[in-house]
Amino acid sequence: MPELPQKEVEEIALLARVHLSAEELADMRSQLGAILEHFGSIAAVDTEGVAPMTHAVPIDLPLREDVPQPSLPPDVALAGTAKRDGDLIVVPAIIPGGE
Amino acid sequence: MTELAQLLELYEPVIGLEVHVQLATKSKAFSSSATGFGEPPNSLTDPVVLGLPGALPVFNQAVLELALKLGVATGSQIRAKSRFARKHYFYPDQPKNYQITQFDEPLCENGHLDLIVGGTVKRVRLERIHLEEDAGKNTHVGAVSHVDLNRAGVPLCEVVSAPELTSSEEAAEFMRALHRLVRWLEISEGDMEKGHMRCDANVSVRLRGEDRLGTRTELKNINSFRFVQNAIDHEIARQVRLIDGGGRVERETRLWDADLGQSAQMRTKEEANDYRYFPDPDLPMMVVAGPLMGGVLRSLPELPVARFERYQKANKVAADDARTLISERALADYFDAVQKAHPTEESGKTIANWMLTELLGALNAAGKAIADSPMPPETLSDLVVLVENGTISGKIGKEIFAESFKTGEAPAAIVERRGVQQISDEPLLWSIVEKVVAASPKQATDYQGGKDTLFGYFVGQVMKETGGRANPVMTTDLLKKRLGR
Amino acid sequence: MTVDPAYWSVADIARRIAAGEVSAVEITEAFLARIGKVDPELGAYLVVDETGARVQAQQVDLMRGANLPLGPLAGVPIALKDMIVTKDVVTTAGSKILEGWVPPYDATVVEKLRAAGAVILGKVNCDEFGMGSSTERSAYKQTKNPWDTTRVPGGSSGGSSAAVAAGLCAASLGTDTGGSIRQPASFCGVVGIKPTYGRVSRYGIVAYASSLDQVGPLAHSVADAALVLQAIAGHDARDSTSLPSAAPDFSAGIAAGVAGLKIGLPKEYFAGEIDADVRTALAAAVAALKDKGAEIVDVSLPHTELALPAYYIVAPAEASSNLARYDGIRYGKRADATDLLSLYSRTRGERFGPEVKRRIMLGTYALRSGYYDAFYKKAQQIRTLIKRDFDEAFEKCDVLLTPTTPTAAYELGAKATPLEMYLGDIFTLACNLAGLPGMSVPCGLTSTGLPVGAQLLGKPLDEATLLRTGAVIEAAVGLGDKRPRGFA
Repeated sequence: MPELPQKEVEEIALLARVHLSAEELADMRSQLGAILEHFGSIAAVDTEGVAPMTHAVPIDLPLREDVPQPSLPPDVALAGTAKRDGDLIVVPAIIPGGE
Repeated sequence: MTELAQLLELYEPVIGLEVHVQLATKSKAFSSSATGFGEPPNSLTDPVVLGLPGALPVFNQAVLELALKLGVATGSQIRAKSRFARKHYFYPDQPKNYQITQFDEPLCENGHLDLIVGGTVKRVRLERIHLEEDAGKNTHVGAVSHVDLNRAGVPLCEVVSAPELTSSEEAAEFMRALHRLVRWLEISEGDMEKGHMRCDANVSVRLRGEDRLGTRTELKNINSFRFVQNAIDHEIARQVRLIDGGGRVERETRLWDADLGQSAQMRTKEEANDYRYFPDPDLPMMVVAGPLMGGVLRSLPELPVARFERYQKANKVAADDARTLISERALADYFDAVQKAHPTEESGKTIANWMLTELLGALNAAGKAIADSPMPPETLSDLVVLVENGTISGKIGKEIFAESFKTGEAPAAIVERRGVQQISDEPLLWSIVEKVVAASPKQATDYQGGKDTLFGYFVGQVMKETGGRANPVMTTDLLKKRLGR
Repeated sequence: MTVDPAYWSVADIARRIAAGEVSAVEITEAFLARIGKVDPELGAYLVVDETGARVQAQQVDLMRGANLPLGPLAGVPIALKDMIVTKDVVTTAGSKILEGWVPPYDATVVEKLRAAGAVILGKVNCDEFGMGSSTERSAYKQTKNPWDTTRVPGGSSGGSSAAVAAGLCAASLGTDTGGSIRQPASFCGVVGIKPTYGRVSRYGIVAYASSLDQVGPLAHSVADAALVLQAIAGHDARDSTSLPSAAPDFSAGIAAGVAGLKIGLPKEYFAGEIDADVRTALAAAVAALKDKGAEIVDVSLPHTELALPAYYIVAPAEASSNLARYDGIRYGKRADATDLLSLYSRTRGERFGPEVKRRIMLGTYALRSGYYDAFYKKAQQIRTLIKRDFDEAFEKCDVLLTPTTPTAAYELGAKATPLEMYLGDIFTLACNLAGLPGMSVPCGLTSTGLPVGAQLLGKPLDEATLLRTGAVIEAAVGLGDKRPRGFA
């Protein structure tokens, strides 16, 4: 049963922002490896000319009228926020320029 | 020549721009929270904006309408069915940690933007225009950051040019042309300083005459029109110096720092995010229906560059004046209205002159915009007609203008009331000329003896006699005749 | 007079309250008392909203007293799977990352239930974020199967099915992404419906896999399930994937019988390892349908075995995206961290359970550039092939009948690896992939007294045929008055 390479699992964990302990990483390598091997069978299926299914009963995107509705009051919007400064959400330092 | 100037002779820059334009809708792209600027922090949110568990996006029709205006105005191919995708990256100003955008099947492709460079039109191809939602705002405060989500979910159009801009001046002109167009179409205020338009530049250099493109870098954080040229010039210089010194340009993203006047590396290609784009399963395909498209087509005004060319060709306006007239749609609309009321098509030069000197001058002094001009276009046309047909002189015309602008009284009525019709009756003027010359024999002799400046004295005397109403051209001719030179 | 409404039908409760025979408060108090007595052992409820339930019940009684019109579910006590967002009532999706989260809004289905007059007793347990088939993956507690408390109630809506089976609510709502209503319904001997995709609004449903998730009812009978489905179905402008049409009257044709209907038996669902007792119970259901005038037709769904891999690529991929928002910044619990990267990684690493992390990793893998075409796109193409199979089969029959699961409820801890767990879903997955309506209806007990479910799969928008067929099976070979041992 093929394990996923350590580096690959680390990269995925970083992309997904999920910290894994050394033990979890080891488990993940073998479990993901087993699952992907099992499901890799779909690569062989002929899907030439088959459209990907995106919605079960085809509908068009519904359009909404441009009429603003009341927003949540900031206290309600931020009620679940662990760290606040007035009505601003506080997070640890970001490297300037992010995205 | 400086060393940089020599390098710039050898290398040519290739520039492409990605511009994000905030669309002026009342509610957000996928949430019915209001859009707004300068509102108290986190006061424009709802479960969708906050990315609460269970929240779902619902698309705002006005976003499509405004984007279609831009698509049609740029001659783009409009996709009858286009798709929204999710672009994944973790950042506190991105509540769902993904952005709803368009990837594989954008709304518009292969349009163009016309720039006026010198007096001519340069057409720059647009690779695509697509829709996406904006992120909130982070502000760094020491060891922490503050997050305000008011802007999160505001609709954006991303306009991507082909790498066809050949100088930083052209890049700046591209931004100005786009700014003018989005305001013209009333789809965005386009104010870079307010963040309505944001620009990323892709810059590379290559030896002049070379076909292949050099490695490009992406330049971000250019947030005013002035910086566009500076930042790009700086990057071009950095690249040519690097290559000349034996180095290689890296594929990277650099951040422009306007205060320091330089850029710094933000991330390399290897560090670049894998955005894991896939079609957003919460949003079926967006269909552009016939009636919607019809409405958009009907609502489009004649575009700036088309007017620029028409004003010159049909209305004989000079290029510089034409360019000024199209700087603002209200100004061009005013010109069109004056021209429409006017008996001839080719008085554009005169009309433009009156608008750009007298009218704009009066409006500025009164603190008014052209759209609120107390003088309607028809009135200006009437005034211009009075001057064109010789009823009044240009000089008198300016006085009449000022009065009409202030009081609203019709120019013809003012002329009548003040009795300032131009005197163009040749025999009558001749008799006045004779009278005036006869009354100043010394000056006549001096003038005939070569004192050219005295001609003005005689013109002045004729004007005094006629209360300023003498036809200036005729006066000059008759004086010359009488004085012999 | 004390009432014991534990196993009264929804229809009965509504009728008796409307007729003034019993008060809504009496009914609610009876259920609350029973929950207090029974649930400590069963573990179905995460939150019992006693205050809220009493207020709602009082409201119904006041309206009844004032002769004001009552909604169709007035006074009926309902439990909601904790994947359904409820205003002012803690909602966790069975996860620690949402521990203590109090939502500021109600899901559309909750608004509709309230408008129908239902009394919401509380939130019931589930596998974390709907990811699991046994409710062993809840971060909070293990729910047990009332028929045998050493066994799983199924999942992910294990709390929903156990609560109904043990008489701790008159009906419940669950969510179904790959079988999470039908399978627990089958394990617990109740009726469970997954409607056509888009039939019920997903606004306010904690998203697992957006293109597969649907909300549906679990209840004692087909008729009850239809009543609850009626209350929650219909177009919702807040869900862009919601079907434009209004819901039909689901109760209308339930008694229509099956004479002249063609029941398809897809051969791929009867091959392979299926418990002998399950086969026997299914055979009895088939015989009953035949007896009532249905025609049994053999059909084939050739791409059936691709459903498992397709599901375990599409669902984790969409989940990895839907769960990206859980970072503790705007809601939920936050790890202690002095830099942003740690904040994200530690919050999610510490507060997501192992199965959730596994699926997020799987999904992230499948969506990476370079892998997207071979995995996610491929799986989406396979969905089209699976849907085509169903379309062709439905040209030969009106409804399909299969076992819901290959076995009855298994013991807690029996599935050693994730893959083993996934393999148990084989019969229920294709229905979600194709967006079809599906229903599980009890059709007997195993020799050791565990419930067996028959699964009905219908054409898009054809819940009606499921209901009328299920009603026949229920009448002929259903569990009748049988109750879980010790919960009578």
